[in-house]
Amino acid sequence: MKKELVSLRVNGRTYELAIEPSKLLLDVLRQDLDLTGSKRGCDDSSCGACTVQIDGIPMLSCTMLAASCEGQEITTVEGVADRGGLAALQKAYGDFGGAQCGFCTPGFMMTIKWLLANNPDPTEDEIRDALSSNLCRCTGYSQMYQAIRAALDAEQKGMKQELVEAK
Amino acid sequence: MSDFSIIGKPIAMIDAAGKTTGAGKYTDDFKLPGMLIGKILHSPYPHARIKSIDTSRAKVLDGVVAVVTGEDAPNPYGILPVGHDETALAVGKVRYVGDHVACVAAINEEIAEQALELIDVDYEPLPAWFDPEQSMKAESDLIHENRPHNIEKDYHHVFGDPDKGFADADYVHEARYIANEVTHAAMEPHCTLASFELDPHTGKLGRLTVWSSTQVPYYLQHKLSLVLEMPMSQIRVIKPLVGGGFGGKSEIIPLEIIAAVAARAARAPVKITYTREEVFWAHRGRPRTIIDLKTGVKNDGRVTSVACKVIQDGGAYCSYGVVTILYSGALIGALYDIPSIRYDGFRVLTNKPACGAMRGHGTVNVRFAFESQMDEIAAKLNLDPAAVRRVNLLRPPTITVNGLRVLSYGLPECIDQVITRSAWDERKGKLPKGRGLGMACSHYVSGAANSIIRSDMPHSTVNIKIDRDGGVVVYTGASEIGQGSDTMTAQVVAEVLGCDLARVRVIAADTDLTPIDLGSYSSRVTFMAGNAALRAAQDVKKNIVSAAAKRMNCAPEDVIMRNDRVYKRGIGPSDHDPSAAEILEEKDAPRGRVDGQILRGSVLQKRKEGGSKEHMSFEEAVVSAIDFHGGLTGTGSYAPPMEARGGKHKGGGVGPSPAYSYSAQVAEVSVDEETGGVTVHKIWAAHDCGRALNPVAVEGQVIGSVWMGLGQALEEEMVWKDGLLMNPGMLEYRSPSSAESPDIECIIVESIDPEGPFGAKEAGEGSLAATIPAISNAIYHAVGVRLRESPFTPERILSALRAKKGMKRIEMTESVDPTAPTTFREHGGSLWFRGKGPMRHPLDPSRQPANGGGQ
Repeated sequence: MKKELVSLRVNGRTYELAIEPSKLLLDVLRQDLDLTGSKRGCDDSSCGACTVQIDGIPMLSCTMLAASCEGQEITTVEGVADRGGLAALQKAYGDFGGAQCGFCTPGFMMTIKWLLANNPDPTEDEIRDALSSNLCRCTGYSQMYQAIRAALDAEQKGMKQELVEAK
Repeated sequence: MSDFSIIGKPIAMIDAAGKTTGAGKYTDDFKLPGMLIGKILHSPYPHARIKSIDTSRAKVLDGVVAVVTGEDAPNPYGILPVGHDETALAVGKVRYVGDHVACVAAINEEIAEQALELIDVDYEPLPAWFDPEQSMKAESDLIHENRPHNIEKDYHHVFGDPDKGFADADYVHEARYIANEVTHAAMEPHCTLASFELDPHTGKLGRLTVWSSTQVPYYLQHKLSLVLEMPMSQIRVIKPLVGGGFGGKSEIIPLEIIAAVAARAARAPVKITYTREEVFWAHRGRPRTIIDLKTGVKNDGRVTSVACKVIQDGGAYCSYGVVTILYSGALIGALYDIPSIRYDGFRVLTNKPACGAMRGHGTVNVRFAFESQMDEIAAKLNLDPAAVRRVNLLRPPTITVNGLRVLSYGLPECIDQVITRSAWDERKGKLPKGRGLGMACSHYVSGAANSIIRSDMPHSTVNIKIDRDGGVVVYTGASEIGQGSDTMTAQVVAEVLGCDLARVRVIAADTDLTPIDLGSYSSRVTFMAGNAALRAAQDVKKNIVSAAAKRMNCAPEDVIMRNDRVYKRGIGPSDHDPSAAEILEEKDAPRGRVDGQILRGSVLQKRKEGGSKEHMSFEEAVVSAIDFHGGLTGTGSYAPPMEARGGKHKGGGVGPSPAYSYSAQVAEVSVDEETGGVTVHKIWAAHDCGRALNPVAVEGQVIGSVWMGLGQALEEEMVWKDGLLMNPGMLEYRSPSSAESPDIECIIVESIDPEGPFGAKEAGEGSLAATIPAISNAIYHAVGVRLRESPFTPERILSALRAKKGMKRIEMTESVDPTAPTTFREHGGSLWFRGKGPMRHPLDPSRQPANGGGQ
């Protein structure tokens, strides 16, 4: 298939790429942009390891054409870090064992980031519901909930700190 | 015990940031200049002779660089020395749907896939074997010619006097249990990248480097050497981050060798990544198992004798099969005090993907049967299920009737803990209708006491290099697969050296750089690589201490290394008081630096400082030691003690371990009597891991094991039809999602093993086996049906409930009664499958109606 020029905006940067119109977003991210954080765990959008955000909505990049994302804001796990440091969620994930082998973790990061952006104080059931789009085979999910709780607490503390500093 | 400064505290894995930011590299994340993509052609037949393969059309497709077949690498291999029955690509015959036939290396995936369509293979279908009990009767069309009756291996063990034991029993219980097949389904599909260097002296292909998602880099190096006929020293295996193993990467998977064979033919680097469907075909999971179990007990529940016959549906190759069937028998012992055991184990070949090692290797399905039977006996004798377990406890230190040495034994406390936490005594039998509590116990080895390739050499070796920069570099062959191996190693070394964890850099699992370690399987890493790391750190510490003693003008015994400081005993309020370090810190800031002097050498430093000292920074101590000894390295290794290596009987090498972990669990479930659906509300899991070196990691392992057991108990099942896997996807193979996963409370029990590193034992597998029977027992106590076939799906439960209530029978379980299963069900005419499938030979046994087969 003949390549076409597309312009993709990923993690706040614009990339001009020549790709086949049939190329999947996940393959473009991993092969053309070397953003290998997004993973391929299955071939049929069942595992969630390839989750990225398109205009803030978690989507499965393994079953999306890259060319269809022109003009949209794509965020991958590489775009989650907080100004070069670990975001509160990433730090908490380490502290509470939310990641073991880590292969599903980038996908979970994108799903949880969306959850917390839309629901800053989720109940346990809401967290379970949101996370059910992603599979993990190591953790049994329990430690992820602790990490999410801790991240929320840390962020709230951080916000208070910022308020104090602003005064 | 607050006597430790690093271990025993919950800390983040040292590689956690790479995982949460996406920066960590797994094998598929690597690419090399000129790299080709490999794609594999698989067999569409369960059993067929290959009459011919014609690759000429594929070879001329533009973009195809090489096409390889079995003839390109015909040497047989296998993970066990007794089971060298695989070739990288099929030679002469295919043995399961999905068997590897040919591989194309092309400039991209699309072209490689197109080329696969152009390979012409002429097959002659052969009758295939799918049911192990049928397969055992085979006289002709054997899967491997040198395995009569398709029996890979059978063992017949007698320990104690089983007949007398049954004669002495007040009550004997007997039943058949069936556990269906499950697979690891690790999130990362297998991937291998192989690349040859050119030899500058010969101009030909020289050294080979392989990056692979493996739990066993050294075994891979060994098997590559066998198949490629290259010296091991010319092969380098590097294990990048591995996205989960659970045993599925604990042996050589065909693509790992195929990638190298293709790279050799293509004279370019080749990467092969399995699709998810290929991962299911590669399999090596837990076999379908038939367990005929008979237990004799006294009226108080004391076991007098156990007889157990196990048949495992092993698939088309040996894989770990001989070890699996031995574990199934050997680990009937070492949990309870059983005076006599008769064990008959049959590992049977069938025309399906090979089964291998999976978390709780060999023990899980037998434990399901055993713990279910304990519950049935308790019900029959009107005893508390917990009491039946308590009356059968071991009294360590002891050696079991089948030769397993048990030193540390936290099972009694595990039982007490889950009974208390779940309020068992108060709530049992008093829950609302449809809700119940069930309990079960399990155990597992902390590494096999005998290696796969028998030798008296160490199972693990660790090297440490400390240099003038104050950095501690640890070289270990142990394979981090997400369980925390690297972090454990760093913690053990930092604890011994009394230095900051941040100083320790772990270089792991690279056969060129790291000393040998057998790999991450049989839960051996903490115990064995941990002990090796401990000894290496003690080895290097000895040199630091002797130099520091000279500098501080004291005896070596009086040198304390702690909190990144080295000081004389008595300088702080107490040797191990953390405040001592704070006092020291005030005395000489800035901490952690010896301004500009490290590289210039310590002579200057000594001249400047003069005299003796009472304390120094870690760097200063290191520089002194290098000055004194000329270099600073340490080595430690570990081999299990002779006393722990088990009995002398045939097959006695499998089962013995230097230490066993113990687990007790209580599950609370409710059953919907209308739908047969089971909800697990909570599982209390107490696990004796000796000592928790990193409690976060231990909890993660225990919860993860329990969760995986829950998957096998409730939903996970590989569904077969004529040797074709009907559910090779992550949705169809139903792995529990967060919405279905219950709250799991992990209770860590520390029995402090006398030989473990700081007393630690295994944590990653032992809890899995108890979960399945705990749930099945809870289902019994909730609704009164005893399921003897796993998983406990709504169909099976509903079918059992309807039978119990005398309701009209609805065909939901392919005529197999889940309360008294006799044979494996074959999925004929199911919702997923309407009579189509791989082409079959007219004489195929599974076509005969007697076998319950399909079309």
